[in-house]
Amino acid sequence: MTISRTDIEKVAVLARIQVDDEQVSALEKDLGNILDLVDQLGTADTDAVEPLAHPLDAVQKLRPDEVTETNQRAAFQAIAPATENGLYLVPRVIE
Amino acid sequence: MQWDIVIGLEIHVQLATRTKIFSGSSTAYGAEPNTQANAVDLAMPGTLPVPNEQAFRYAVMFGLAVNAEIERRSVFERKNYFYPDLPKGYQTTQLERPIVGPGYVDIDLSNGESKRVRIHHAHLEEDAGKSLHEDFHGMTGVDLNRAGTPLIEVVTEPDMNNAEEAVAFAKKLHGIVTSLGIGDGDMSQGSMRFDVNISLKPKGSDTLGTRTETKNLNSFRFMEQAIAHEVDRQMDILEDGGRIVQETRLYNGDRDESRSMRTKEEANDYRYFPCPDLLPVVLDEAFIEEARNSLPELPDARKARFQAQYGLNDYDAGLLASDSKLATFFEETVNLGKDAKLSANWILGEFSARLNAEEKAVADSPISGAQLGALVTRIADNTVSSAGAKKVFEALWTGESDNVDGIIDAKGLKQVSDTGELEKMVDEVLAGMPDQVAQYQNEEDPKKRKKMLGGFMGPLMKASKGQGNPKLFNEILQKKLGG
Repeated sequence: MTISRTDIEKVAVLARIQVDDEQVSALEKDLGNILDLVDQLGTADTDAVEPLAHPLDAVQKLRPDEVTETNQRAAFQAIAPATENGLYLVPRVIE
Repeated sequence: MQWDIVIGLEIHVQLATRTKIFSGSSTAYGAEPNTQANAVDLAMPGTLPVPNEQAFRYAVMFGLAVNAEIERRSVFERKNYFYPDLPKGYQTTQLERPIVGPGYVDIDLSNGESKRVRIHHAHLEEDAGKSLHEDFHGMTGVDLNRAGTPLIEVVTEPDMNNAEEAVAFAKKLHGIVTSLGIGDGDMSQGSMRFDVNISLKPKGSDTLGTRTETKNLNSFRFMEQAIAHEVDRQMDILEDGGRIVQETRLYNGDRDESRSMRTKEEANDYRYFPCPDLLPVVLDEAFIEEARNSLPELPDARKARFQAQYGLNDYDAGLLASDSKLATFFEETVNLGKDAKLSANWILGEFSARLNAEEKAVADSPISGAQLGALVTRIADNTVSSAGAKKVFEALWTGESDNVDGIIDAKGLKQVSDTGELEKMVDEVLAGMPDQVAQYQNEEDPKKRKKMLGGFMGPLMKASKGQGNPKLFNEILQKKLGG
């Protein structure tokens, strides 16, 4: 399977990653190789195999519904670039 | 051209857990911004989510209440998108193996028929934070207290065909959630949010049209309006030969306007994949049985009980049973007031009208079920007329007093039901109205007679200073006037 430049540019936009033309060419080759490997894996007969949700053969432990966390806003906001009135400030989001 | 309307709903229900779905931060409403957002909620590197057992219990209870299959082994996925109120850059949700599988809910319609609405599935997921777009020096403020609050998203099949059915389903679901106690259902605070998918197709056609999604409707009234609005909008476009664009729209209830939020074609690529931070959640039979045993009475069962136990009609029982708080209020009222029909009339009439007018929930009512019950008792035993009862209700509501008998005494609302006294008044009034009496006695049409009888009531009520028992007055009048 091959991946087109358009696909790469689209994925880059979705992932908010800036790539220049040269990088796209390199990615075209690298991602193409990875997808070839996936294609190869895809030829294995998995009809009788249950899809795997997690590589570990274990089940999730659950937690009782009890408050264990305290307010540590000051500590978290000390490393934030901008805050005001307890809010984190981010570049304006326009819908 | 005639069109069929096809409606499906997605409903987000905030679960009433004490803590978040993946962390031990409190979910209490109304805290100072970001004081309930810990390292997991903020997506700090190196943190790992640990799921809240109670969220699973609530989801299972919901599934059982809507006759659904429960997934014994459910899995979480990541839904990737960038937005500042989503610090991880993905929402942890369920796609392939949601905890609640296909189920259904039966809704009652105004024509007396019942309709089954199928539920496609319901899954557990986390809520995002809140973005505040007021101007912070040209920046956006973010409060992450809500980030990680557990939600179930309920997705229906497109089984509804008009606004009435969609609203009936929404109300029914609201009743189920609040009866189960798994969510507070407070729509004004966003505890329950409705997204409506609407499409039109030519009448009788089997092919579905392109649908739009109208998001975040936070009242039943807005939902009804938004559906009417969107149906009109689509119909106009289609009848002008245009085509519907698949998109998400925002409805402004105050202005009855909607606008496009985003078109699916460009943005809706969420690149779901299984969340490597979470193992599959396996629920054993004991867990599910425990949830089943903890199910309280649900609206359908309650409605049937109200009909059997109190002799209420289908309509009254349905309305009272739909909301668990209203149902409890009714039972408190009838417990003291005894007369179930009269209790139901007062709750669905005066009481509900007053709540609506003041946009109050049952829980915020200034009067209790017991107080209304005391009033119902006094109406039933003829101590007060219904006009007098309205004055008592008003005094209870405004907090003038909380004692029904005290109000009746203080305001002189006690009805005169002493027949001797009433007869005397009737004699006096009739003596002063000889012409009308003669007219009445010469009239042969019973309908006209009945109407004329009403003409004596005004003077009688005046003579008794409004305290004569109208029912007794009527009986005495008929006797004195000769039928």
